[in-house]
Parts: sequence; C-alpha cells; structure tokens
Amino acid sequence: MVEYLILDEGEPHLVANVCASCGAEYLDRRNACARCGARQFERQRLANEGVVRTFSIVHRAAKGVPAPYVSAVIDLEGGGRVKSNIVGTDPDPEHVKLGMKVRLTTYVAATDDRGTEAVAFGYEPIAG
Amino acid sequence: MASDEPVWIIGAHMTKFGRYPDRDLIDLASEAALAALDDGSVTVQDMGVLGSGCLYQANAGVGQRLQKQIGQTGVPVYNVANACATGATAVRTVYLTIKAGEADMGLAVGVEQMGKMGMLGAGDRERGTETVFEPSGRYGSVIGTEGRLGTNLMPGVFAQAGMEYAFEHDGVGFEQFAKVAEKNHAHSELNPLAQYQKRFGLEDIMNAEMIAYPNTLLMCCPTGDGAAAVVLCSDERLRSLPSEVQRRAVKISASVMTSDPWVEGGQVQPDVNTLTRNAADQAYEIAGVDPRDLDLVELHDCFATAELCHYDNLSLCEPGGAGDFIDRGGPWRDGDIPVNVSGGLLSKGHPLGATGVANLYEVATHLRGEAGDRQIEGAKVGLTHVIGLGSACAVHILEKTA
Repeated sequence: MVEYLILDEGEPHLVANVCASCGAEYLDRRNACARCGARQFERQRLANEGVVRTFSIVHRAAKGVPAPYVSAVIDLEGGGRVKSNIVGTDPDPEHVKLGMKVRLTTYVAATDDRGTEAVAFGYEPIAG
Repeated sequence: MASDEPVWIIGAHMTKFGRYPDRDLIDLASEAALAALDDGSVTVQDMGVLGSGCLYQANAGVGQRLQKQIGQTGVPVYNVANACATGATAVRTVYLTIKAGEADMGLAVGVEQMGKMGMLGAGDRERGTETVFEPSGRYGSVIGTEGRLGTNLMPGVFAQAGMEYAFEHDGVGFEQFAKVAEKNHAHSELNPLAQYQKRFGLEDIMNAEMIAYPNTLLMCCPTGDGAAAVVLCSDERLRSLPSEVQRRAVKISASVMTSDPWVEGGQVQPDVNTLTRNAADQAYEIAGVDPRDLDLVELHDCFATAELCHYDNLSLCEPGGAGDFIDRGGPWRDGDIPVNVSGGLLSKGHPLGATGVANLYEVATHLRGEAGDRQIEGAKVGLTHVIGLGSACAVHILEKTA
C-alpha cells in the first residue's frame, strides 16, 4: 500500500532512502536531505524487528476506520523509525507496553475492482 | 539593522472563547481589535501595520476585511497562517516591522471560527469512487493510511508525544497526564473568558470517554470560536504616549520563533520537543531571564499529554522531572511556577488563530495586575508558548515595567 513496503524481494520488508552523505533515513520520495542538504540517496533495507517507542490507543477514529486500534512508533533494530499499527494483540494498555518487542507482519487491507490487493503492514508482539 | 530597543504591548484584548453561530469571523476580529485599540488609548489611524492570523480562512483576506469594518488606512496588511502558531506569527509580523523601523505602532489580530468541526488532522485524500489502485503522494500509497499505518489525528499524535516522554523518563503515566487536565479545569473556574469553566475530579477525567489513550475527552481541547488582539509600540513612540499608557505598558523581553531542526524520526512522528526547547533557550538568553524567575506561564496544552512534555521543554522542572513536577503541584496557581492559570487550551478553548495572541493577553493582564479573581499576585515576568504542528513554535517573555 506504500512504496517503502517491499513485497516481491523475499520476506516482506521496508526500505528507506538513506542520504549518501550523512546517513539520514527517510521513507518518502526525496528532493534533498533535510539534515545536510545532499542530494544523493541509497536504498537501504530496514530490519523487521524493533521496539515500541511510543503508542496511542485510538478509540475515536477517523470516519470509516475500525476502532479501537493501536498507533505506534517503532524503533527498528539497526536504525530507522517507522509509524504503523500494533496488530495481533488486544488494543489496551495491559497488552501494549512501551519498549515491547515487535516484528513486521503484513495483511490485505483492501482490494480494488480489478482484484488488485493493497497490502498493509503492522507490527505484532514477539516474545522476549 | 534592527533596533535594539524593546517593543511594548500597550493594548490587549480577547473575546470570550466559545461558539458564536450568530456572528462571523470579522465580528469577532473587530471586537478584539477595537477593544485592544481602546485599551491602549490609540486608534486604528495610529497603526502603521496590521498582522492578521487566521488558519482556516488563510486565503480569504481576513486582515483587509477587518480593515473594511474598523478602518481602511492603507497600511501594509500581512495575512499569515502557521498552524496553531498562526496568532503568534501575526504578532511577530508586527513586532518585526517595528524592529525594522518601518512602523512605530501596529495591530496584531488572531481569529478563528471553527464551530464544532471535530478532530483535526484526518487529512487523508478522499478516494470516493476510485476503484483502481494507483500509487500517489510522496509515499506512493494506494489507499488511505490513517488508522492503518498509525494515526495522524491530533489526539493520538499528542498522546504519542506524551507516551514517548513516558518511555524516556520514569514516573510518568496516565495519572500524571490526567492531573494536568485536573489542574487546568480547576484554574478555569476563575476565568470568565474561558469556553468551559468547570472543575473535574481526577477520577472523572480518567473515566471520561477515551479518545486516544492516554487522552480522554477531558484531556483534549475543544474546538471553538474567538479572537484576540494586541497593539505593539516602539520604545521611542511609547515615551510620547500618556503616562497612564506608559504605566500599563508591558515589555516584550523576547520574541522567538523556531521550526523543526532535523532529528531522527522527526518526519515519522512530529517532534514537539526540540523546537520548543530551542525557542525557550533562545528566549531565556535574549531576555536574561531564568526559568525560576517566571511568575506565570501560558503554554500550549492542546492535549494534557503535551503540557507535561513542555514542563521539561521550557525548563520549568528538572530535566526528566515533569512527572514529579505535576505530582507535587508545581504548575498549580499556588505552586512553584503557575502554568495555564487561564484554564489553558483544555478549558479556555483553542480557536486556532486566536490562541497565540490570547496567551499574550493573559500574561500581560496579570503583569498589569488586572486579572481579577485569577490574578497571580505580584506577577512581574511571564512566558507564553505556542506550537503548531509542522512545526512552528513561538515563545514570548513579557515583563512588567513599573
């Protein structure tokens, strides 16, 4: 569902545009580096595991969005930070904890009229 | 070369915040502007510049429409928009014009009419009838990301800002965030200009409808309507004004605006901290004021979680000590540094464009000793802070003169 989620090169994973000069990481299409101003970028695979840096359990959601759900920011192993939903656990403060270890997972979020699936990613808790 | 002389507030006013379905934006702006001019014993003819802040009608010539009601004098008008820092940005256009020597007096007005517009930030594209996925936007998304790849709604974004603070520091949780709302709602009882003036117990706050954990309904600011205005004046011009105007004048000891410097992850989750720290640090240095000297602070409590972070960002508490600061009552009106004695955005309301002017009105009114029941006795130095996501942050330090 987004270009930085790669589905056709082995295990699903995220990629970042990394500044060739200073190493700053971005998930979007870039014009230049917001940190150092350089204009060359390299694609870099991000780790699928990380820890929950922060989260919110959204009860009053945007129109058409099922609630409650858990929005979170994940610190990825080896660097990089990404925002997505925590899935595969109950959306309450007893099950979602700061610093909890999680792993990327994918699911079909929608299908268009030609049968094309939009695959989304979330993070599910893992042991340890 | 900008002047080293200070700029002064000589007039200030805010409308009561609330909902005004029978009045329009210009009615509200006119009320605030005319009263601020009267407060400073000056007229619109004295104004050399007009700064007008309104977010949702940013392209609608609000400043010129205001002039057409209160005085078409031909002076420069700047219509500005800068998220929730819009009002403060209007103030700064006037401030900078005076600093540059292009005018010696000017009017800044912030106004917004939001009605009951609901939660802000659900900016997903309407895909409506589209049935074939096509990548679009900078992330090449084929469907809306809101609620799938986390949230961009304000209650959740600021909840995450607070929970990030809790991740990094001990002694912070749901209860500490709720205590912020308990304080601000209690403070609002003394402020007749607040949209809501109702005290709530901690249990009521924690058991209210959960909007985005840990922010319950009573920990989120309301939408609303309102306006605020200030008249600014150069040092030289002030000396030619009546002694009563001079006596009531409030000095702007620092006026600082910042945006986000690059930080890791700052484009993933908005960083409300670094630019606030930068603005505050600069303001303290420019004004020669220590945070411990502050008699009151009006800071941007759009959500209870945000206020807690800003205790630390504005150096009102020990580094990492925001949880302890609220636990020991530090920001209550009888505490170490009273914070949001107006009731804050949580109770006073948050008509976006008006907010960054209304906080100057609040602090100036205390420094003048004219805040009535909510007066902080003997207040001599105060600080205002606003932040608009994107981000824009403004910090002002005001001082009593006489």
